[in-house]
Amino acid sequence: MEITPLTISFAIFAIFALGGGLGVVVSRNLLHAALYLILALFGIAGLFITLEAPFLAVVQILVYVGAISILITITIMVTRRVMGVTESVNRQWPIAALGALLLFGILGFTIVSLFGGQTVAQDVPPDMIERLGQAFASPYGYLLPFEVASILLLAAMIGAIVVARE
Amino acid sequence: MIPLEWYLIIAALLFCMGMYGILARRNAVAILMSIELVLNAVNINLVAFWRYGTTELVNGQMFAIIVFAVAAAEAAVGLGLIISIYRNRQTVIAEDINLLKW
Repeated sequence: MEITPLTISFAIFAIFALGGGLGVVVSRNLLHAALYLILALFGIAGLFITLEAPFLAVVQILVYVGAISILITITIMVTRRVMGVTESVNRQWPIAALGALLLFGILGFTIVSLFGGQTVAQDVPPDMIERLGQAFASPYGYLLPFEVASILLLAAMIGAIVVARE
Repeated sequence: MIPLEWYLIIAALLFCMGMYGILARRNAVAILMSIELVLNAVNINLVAFWRYGTTELVNGQMFAIIVFAVAAAEAAVGLGLIISIYRNRQTVIAEDINLLKW
């Protein structure tokens, strides 16, 4: 494996994503966990860029870093009174850790044996974002899922307002 | 060029971290954050398989965008529920929320 700018940026973004993810699950202070989550989401946006999906990277930053993490941070601050809880994990954490490790072992074995050494077959077409937009608006493409997603978001918005109201 | 399995390994690691967080954390907000990690791991997989498969098709990216929409809806409703529970019971610890438990 030769060292190219692509592999270096991949390594940096991967470290961001994995380090942030680890911070989310182990840090005792919830606000720190939220900041680690933002770091992880930025790293994942960078991974999307190394996968040549810039639209998804921008959407990731807008939706996750811009909206969801702000929502989570506000919720943490609203529920601040229980923030300084002494124990951050419950009694079954060793079993959970064992299960997660076991799952990673199975997944890693499967991935390496099925997809080992596979590299890029094709270039990304230059008009990818245009194609995405056309697929969203075309009845032969993804118009129906698009409408369903719109209804889902509307329902979630109304539901969140109703549930969180006094 | 980066081999496909690196992306898949990173996604698997993130998924397992998220699963550990969902199972082990006590705070409901922390559990929601772990769910976001799991959804992001799935997104990395989708985009990686799109990039290393047929890039002419938009399916992989489209799936990832739908996951974004679902994640946004899930976060909004989940955090609304947490705030509602906090207002009624003054707790966000998942073990103490046992209203429906026999």
